[in-house]
Amino acid sequence: MNSHAIVSWPEEANQHRRTDLTTFESSYRAEITAIHRLTAQEKLYRLQIIDPHQRQGFCFQPGQFVMLEIPGIGEAPFSISSPASRKGDLELCIRRAGTVTDFLDKVPCGTQVGLRGPFGTHFPMEQMVDHNILLIAGGLGLAPLRSPIAYVQENRSRFQTVDIVYGTKDPSQLLFTYQYDQWRADDLNLEIIVDQADAAWQGRTGLVTAVLAELFAGRNEDYFTNTYAIVCGPPVMFQFVCAALTAKDIPMAKMFVSLERRMHCGMGKCCRCNVGSTYTCLSGPVFDYWTVMNLKEAI
Amino acid sequence: MIFRVLPKQGLEGLFALLAAEQPVIGPVERDLDRHGRPIYGFAEVTDFASLRLDYTTTKLSAKEFFLPHREELATFQISGQQWQKEVDYHSGQPTVLFGLHACDINALNKLDKVLLKGVYPMPYYAAKRQNKFIVGIDCRPQPHCFCRSMGADTARHGFDLFLTDLGESYFVEILSDTAFTLFKKIPTREPAEADHLRYRQLAADKKGQFTAQVDTTDLTKILDLEFQSEVWRHWGDRCLSCGTCANVCPTCYCYGVHEQVGLDLSRAVKDKTLYSCNLIDFAEVAGGHNFRPQSHNRLKYRYYHKHRGFVEAYEESLCVGCGRCSESCLAGITVPAVIDSIRGGEI
Repeated sequence: MNSHAIVSWPEEANQHRRTDLTTFESSYRAEITAIHRLTAQEKLYRLQIIDPHQRQGFCFQPGQFVMLEIPGIGEAPFSISSPASRKGDLELCIRRAGTVTDFLDKVPCGTQVGLRGPFGTHFPMEQMVDHNILLIAGGLGLAPLRSPIAYVQENRSRFQTVDIVYGTKDPSQLLFTYQYDQWRADDLNLEIIVDQADAAWQGRTGLVTAVLAELFAGRNEDYFTNTYAIVCGPPVMFQFVCAALTAKDIPMAKMFVSLERRMHCGMGKCCRCNVGSTYTCLSGPVFDYWTVMNLKEAI
Repeated sequence: MIFRVLPKQGLEGLFALLAAEQPVIGPVERDLDRHGRPIYGFAEVTDFASLRLDYTTTKLSAKEFFLPHREELATFQISGQQWQKEVDYHSGQPTVLFGLHACDINALNKLDKVLLKGVYPMPYYAAKRQNKFIVGIDCRPQPHCFCRSMGADTARHGFDLFLTDLGESYFVEILSDTAFTLFKKIPTREPAEADHLRYRQLAADKKGQFTAQVDTTDLTKILDLEFQSEVWRHWGDRCLSCGTCANVCPTCYCYGVHEQVGLDLSRAVKDKTLYSCNLIDFAEVAGGHNFRPQSHNRLKYRYYHKHRGFVEAYEESLCVGCGRCSESCLAGITVPAVIDSIRGGEI
């Protein structure tokens, strides 16, 4: 009666085979090597996978996410904000908003955390080569866009016109302000707008759609047929921005959005991130707009 | 498939043979309801006489032996800034499930598609699934059963052997070598033509006994067409968002993960608890945005996942028609009534 005994799993096989049963809870051990305050709510955490072989072997694509775990506190998904070329030296831009992130806000450098991943789909950067790129971010939506922006910076000559349109509620919430000069120096056209100006604000006031309207007025027909758009922001922003883009006939298959959902596993099991029965963690977080249009209640 | 006929008095011998080697879990009478009718549940059975193979249906399915309501995913040993993670799949010892109805076997087959296949198979489930010996048994349709509508009234795989009561004997379908080997020690005979006829007659009789049904024709399209229907709001207003339906459902597998630190700070636990998409915070993200804030959003999502999304992904519905959710719902919401109203566009 032992013929239906438990299967055994090889000890060593779990390092590279992503489909192996033992990978389910296996995590990288990473150390927080730097913490940089970006705003009152957000910090940029640099994490280094401790094992040097694992660090070099850690490959991800712009747009993917990791599950970060603090033992005893919890685990949560975060999109990777660093260049893919830096592999297992990751940067995560994290807003204080819940149990895990409140705790993270208090930890010092040197803290060791668990990392699982990378998970999910990515922005198809190779496919975008030789095209114009229009990156549109609202608020914390800039965090997942920083990795594709870095990709464009590293391969600038392979892309045509690149615009970054970024809007926040007020100037104090602008992220990565120290990088704007470098982005502009790398021939990325950065347009910033805030909803509510403060006394010191010199720039534009309003919504990102206003910037888009202005930007589009100066572009010819060719621009729209040769443009890839990358959009990430709060749920309400998607509708207006995507409507503005489709109104200009940018093909829906060339518009990519990154969706945020609650996730407890990252591996298509817990169902918390489901839109319909599409798992945001497996089929997303990066979706093309045509797919999103066909998902009920996605945005 | 290999068929045998087992005289009724031989069943106790089969039970004894299995029970001698490992624990046997089967349907037992747990209590009486307020009408004096028995309440059945699955529990470990040591005495063949307490096994109630004539049970109507159990309140909870056999899911709990594969996907426990609460399970430890990992534990952490913590010492200052240092920690070690330990993972245990809790495979447990090989166990026999004696007397599962076709719906519950089909439910496990559906869970297999999500939890054993795909990019990330779930070892916690796999460990428990692969060390179970499953004996199926035929059943009579109960008032809430609509398994026939969902194509789950017979089980084609996912068991070791399946028994059908022919009156004086059992018609046995043998699906695994383990089960085949077992019958070397128990006297059975080849089925005769009369046994085949009796078996087919029983199946035909059963077909006529269903009182509940669901029309699944073009259901995926109808659900898309009626996404904005007011009918959803009606059901949402009645739904208590209590999650009982998911608790009794043999195919619901969603969960939440929580971590806790021990009082002496030397140990932490990562727990997985089965959840329900009807509970209010199911799709709430950090910062407070809730993607399904209202009761009807969540109830609709539940139907979309089971009857549309899962069909899209696996060519079958994530519902076996066992009727447990209909029977247990405190607000009296039943799957046939909801789907009928969506098809008709009115309550």
